Amino acid sequence: MNVLFFLCGIVTVGFVLCICIYLIVSGVPAIGKIGLGNFFLGKIWKPTATTVEPSYGILPFVLTSLCGTAGAVLLGVPIGLLTAVFLAKVAPPKTANLIRTAVQLLAGIPSVVYGLVGMIVLVPAIQRFFALSSGATMLAAIVVLAIMILPSIINVSETALRAVPKDYEDASLALGATELETYFRVTVPAAKSGIATSIVLGVGRAIGEAMAIIMVSGNVPNMPKLLGPVRFMTTAIASEMSYAPVGSLQREALFSIGLVLFLFIMMINVFLNVVIKKERR
Amino acid sequence: MTFEKKRKLWNRAVRVGVYTASMLTAALLVGLIGYILYRGLPNLSWQLVSTQTSYIRDTIGILPNLVNTVYIILVAMAIALPLGVGAAIYLTEYSKNRHLTRLIEFAAETLTGIPSILFGLVGMLLFVQRMGLGAGILAGGLTLVMMILPTIVRTTQESLKTVPQAYREGALALGAGKWRMIRTVVLPSAVDGIVTGCILAIGRITGESAALLFTAGFGLKLNNFVKALHSSSATLTVALYVYASEQGKIDVAFAIALILLALTLVINLGANYAGKKLRRN
Repeated sequence: MNVLFFLCGIVTVGFVLCICIYLIVSGVPAIGKIGLGNFFLGKIWKPTATTVEPSYGILPFVLTSLCGTAGAVLLGVPIGLLTAVFLAKVAPPKTANLIRTAVQLLAGIPSVVYGLVGMIVLVPAIQRFFALSSGATMLAAIVVLAIMILPSIINVSETALRAVPKDYEDASLALGATELETYFRVTVPAAKSGIATSIVLGVGRAIGEAMAIIMVSGNVPNMPKLLGPVRFMTTAIASEMSYAPVGSLQREALFSIGLVLFLFIMMINVFLNVVIKKERR
Repeated sequence: MTFEKKRKLWNRAVRVGVYTASMLTAALLVGLIGYILYRGLPNLSWQLVSTQTSYIRDTIGILPNLVNTVYIILVAMAIALPLGVGAAIYLTEYSKNRHLTRLIEFAAETLTGIPSILFGLVGMLLFVQRMGLGAGILAGGLTLVMMILPTIVRTTQESLKTVPQAYREGALALGAGKWRMIRTVVLPSAVDGIVTGCILAIGRITGESAALLFTAGFGLKLNNFVKALHSSSATLTVALYVYASEQGKIDVAFAIALILLALTLVINLGANYAGKKLRRN
C-alpha cells in the first residue's frame, strides 16, 4: 500500500518533469536552426513566405505579451484593489457577500465566453469610438485580460487585508485618522506582500491566457500597438498549430514560443517563491 | 490649499473610488450575464441541444458537444480522482521525508501556474504523437488529468488535515492496520473535501478550451464513447470557439455561452454548498 501511495504522490513531480523535458527537447532545436539573435530579436514573423526567405522573429509576440499583460495589470489592479478594500473593510456584510459571489462567478466563467462577448460587444465599440477600420486591437485584449484577472486580484488581496491585526487599525483610528485613511495608509501597506502575490498571480494568468484574446486581438504579427491588431505568444501557438505541417520549421518554432512562455511562467513562480514569500517571513 | 481641505478632498476622492470600483465589478457581472441571456435565450431550442449538426438539412445541433463534455469529464476524473486522493493520502499519512513532501507540493504548485495552452502543447506531443492515441477524448482527458490533479490533491489534503488525530489513534489502538485505519476512519471523515475538489475540477474541465484544441480536436460529429476516445471531438467550449470564430455562427455561440454560464452557476453553488458542509463538520 505504501508503495502505491508513494507512486501517486510522485506523479505530480513526474508531470512537471515531463512538461519541462518535452518543451525543452521540442523547443530548443528550432532556436538553434533559426539562430538565437534572429529568433529573439527578429521583428518579422513570416514562416510561410515563399517568394522571399521565411523569417521567424518572435520579438513582436514577446513584446505584445509583455505590453498586454502590463496594460491589463495597470487597468485591473486599481479596480481590484479598491474592490478588495470595499469587501474587506467598507461594505456591510450582506453587500460584501453579494459582490463576493459575483466575483466568484466571474472567476468561473470560461475564457471563450469572455472572448465571445468581447468580440461582439467590445470590438465594435472600440472600432466606433476610435474610428478604426477594425476594433480587434491590443486595447480590446487588454480590457478582456483586465476583467479576467480581477477575481484573482480581489480574492487574494481581500484575504491579505483581512489578515492584518485589528490593533494596527485601532491605533491609527485612536490617533485621529479617518477610517479610509486607516485602510489605505495602514492596512494596505501592512498587507503589501499579499497584495503583491495577487498581482503576480494576475500577471501569470494574463500572460498565459489564449482563447479569450485570440478572438479580440486581430491576430496579426505586428509590433505592439495599442490601437492595432496584434498577436500574443499564446495566440501565435493556438492559431498556427492547427495548420503548421508536422516536421516543418514553422511547427518547431511554435514549440520554441511555448518554451519561451514556459520560461516566463517559471520566472514568475521563482519570483513568487523567493522574493515575496521571503519578505512575508 | 490648507491641510484640512486637502485631507477632506482625499477622503472624498478615495470614497468615490472605492464605491465606483466595486459597483463596476458588480456591473460587469450583471452586464455579462444579462447580455448572454439576451443573446442566448432566443437561440436556445430543443432542436439545438438534442440533435447533431447536419449539412444536408442545414441545421445546427450541439448534442455531440454536450456528450463530449460529459465523456471528457468522466475520463479525466476517473484517472485524476484516485491519483489525486492517493497523492494526498501519501502526503498527509505516509510521507516521513520532509524534502520529498516539499518537492511534491512544489510540483503541484508549479502545475497550477502553467497556462493551459502549454498543457495542450505537451499533451499533443506526448499523448497524440508519441503514444499515438490520436486527437480524441482519451488524449484530451489525459491532458486534463495533468491540469486538475493539483486541485484534487490540495483540497483532499486540506480536509485530511482537519481529521482529528484522536480518530487515527483510536483506530490504531483498536488494532486496525494503517490502510484499514485510512479506509474506514480517515477517508470517510474527509469525504466533503474530496467532493469539493471534484466539483472544482469539473468546473475547470467544463471551462477549458486551449488545452483541448490540439488534444481532443474540433470534431462536431456524434460518436459513441469508444469511438470518441480516439476521434476528434469538440467539447462545448471548443465548439463555441469554432462556431464563433471560424463559422461566424454567433447565435449558436451565444446559446452555448448561455449553457456554459448555467453550468458555471451550478458548479459554483455546488462547491459552495460542499465547502460550507465541510466547515460545519
